[in-house]
Amino acid sequence: MIEVKGLHKSFGDETILDGIDAKFIRGKTNMIIGSSGSGKSVFLKNMLGLFKPDSGEIIYDGELLSEMDGDRQKELRENMGMLFQHSALFDSMTVEENVMFPLRMFTKMRRRERQERANDILERVNLVNLNTKMPSEISGGQQKRVALARAVVNKPKFLFCDEPNSGLDPKTATIIDNLIQELTHEADITTVIISHDMNSVLEIGETILFLKDGIIAWEGTNKEIFKTENEAVTDFVYSSELFRKVRIAQNKGL
Amino acid sequence: MLFEVFKRPTKGIVLKELILKEINDLIIGSLGITAFIALFMGAVVALQTSLNLDNPLIPKSLIGFAVRQSIILEFAPTIISIIMAGKVGSYITSSIGSMNVTEQIDALKVMGINPLNYLVFPKVIAMLFYPFLIAIIMFVGILGGFLAAVYGNLVSAQDFIIGIQDNFVPYQVLYAFIKTMVFGMILATLPSYHGYYMKGGALEVGQASTTSFVWTCVTIIVANYILTTILL
Repeated sequence: MIEVKGLHKSFGDETILDGIDAKFIRGKTNMIIGSSGSGKSVFLKNMLGLFKPDSGEIIYDGELLSEMDGDRQKELRENMGMLFQHSALFDSMTVEENVMFPLRMFTKMRRRERQERANDILERVNLVNLNTKMPSEISGGQQKRVALARAVVNKPKFLFCDEPNSGLDPKTATIIDNLIQELTHEADITTVIISHDMNSVLEIGETILFLKDGIIAWEGTNKEIFKTENEAVTDFVYSSELFRKVRIAQNKGL
Repeated sequence: MLFEVFKRPTKGIVLKELILKEINDLIIGSLGITAFIALFMGAVVALQTSLNLDNPLIPKSLIGFAVRQSIILEFAPTIISIIMAGKVGSYITSSIGSMNVTEQIDALKVMGINPLNYLVFPKVIAMLFYPFLIAIIMFVGILGGFLAAVYGNLVSAQDFIIGIQDNFVPYQVLYAFIKTMVFGMILATLPSYHGYYMKGGALEVGQASTTSFVWTCVTIIVANYILTTILL
């Protein structure tokens, strides 16, 4: 589990995160949603330790991130997987080398074992016969799946996904969403997903935090989000014509 | 940045492969173009010296002497380093800069890998082999002068070789290699700094490469002056 207590972050005079308290539960897909510029990515980067919070605490399984020494932080990071918005695959490596990278860095596995594990996970994300391709030779959706495979190949305890299906067609987006949820449940991973895609939220948002103006404006589940009267959330959710129509239909009892 | 480069080292076997790759990319990959330039520069120095030797009292062997001195003292260590700032320096800045803008460096950080050690340390070690490249360049440059002088009928082969051997001070070769080592470190670190700390997108990667080239050249030229003052 990851706990966040009183997290503040500013850039100059601009306050991005203004006292965030949150809990991300193990074995569930925890989503952070909010409109562009609401501070989602800054929140995630603080949790990952890529940004240093101005104040507040980030606690991984009861242990304060700020109090961990270098070795402990390294150990923690070996148990983290991250799916970046633009995949962030190493462009000097092939698909297979990208997926094997965490195994190579953090395990004593032999090359053949690494290859077997990489092939298993690539098969799992429906990517076969692409092992020797370079990232530039495959599509955006395939890159996302390779990045997901790289993120989970070392069986992490914590998985972070920054807009995992942005720029993908609806079918591929659904495949990615379902994969993340399946892997989360199977390996009991604490998964944190940043998204502003309402389809994703409905599909896999087991716990949802709604971020607005640097604070958590609402929290609940994907079942509760359509029932809430919270104005900030309804503004966000029903900015989509489709969801407005769904709501009207629900209100009419259709 | 330099302190960080040596902290939290990457796994040994991975580092070894990265170093070998960098030696191939930075040193061996530069051999062709630098040798080509050196061959012709040596030839031009021989031609220029010959054209300026009007006085019959000055021995023709001076052509060999002039080629040796100019190649060993300045051309091989300094001018080749400036060429390397364009070839290798821009490559380093743009490759690290591209990794920066595409979040590949963040990916390394999240995995608990020290990106400065992973990316810059192998380049620093690879550039320790830079003097070997410069030694080859010295040989090729003098060979270029020899070929132009002898086959252009400017001087006999024997006179040219006498010129090369004339008043030879081994310390000057040491001086050239000391300069080379310093320039090698500048070539590995300054462009890495510009790539690693750049902000923005693809356009800024190009700008960072240009800035890196300019600053690397300026630093090499100033360092050349300081080292010459100290060492000679």
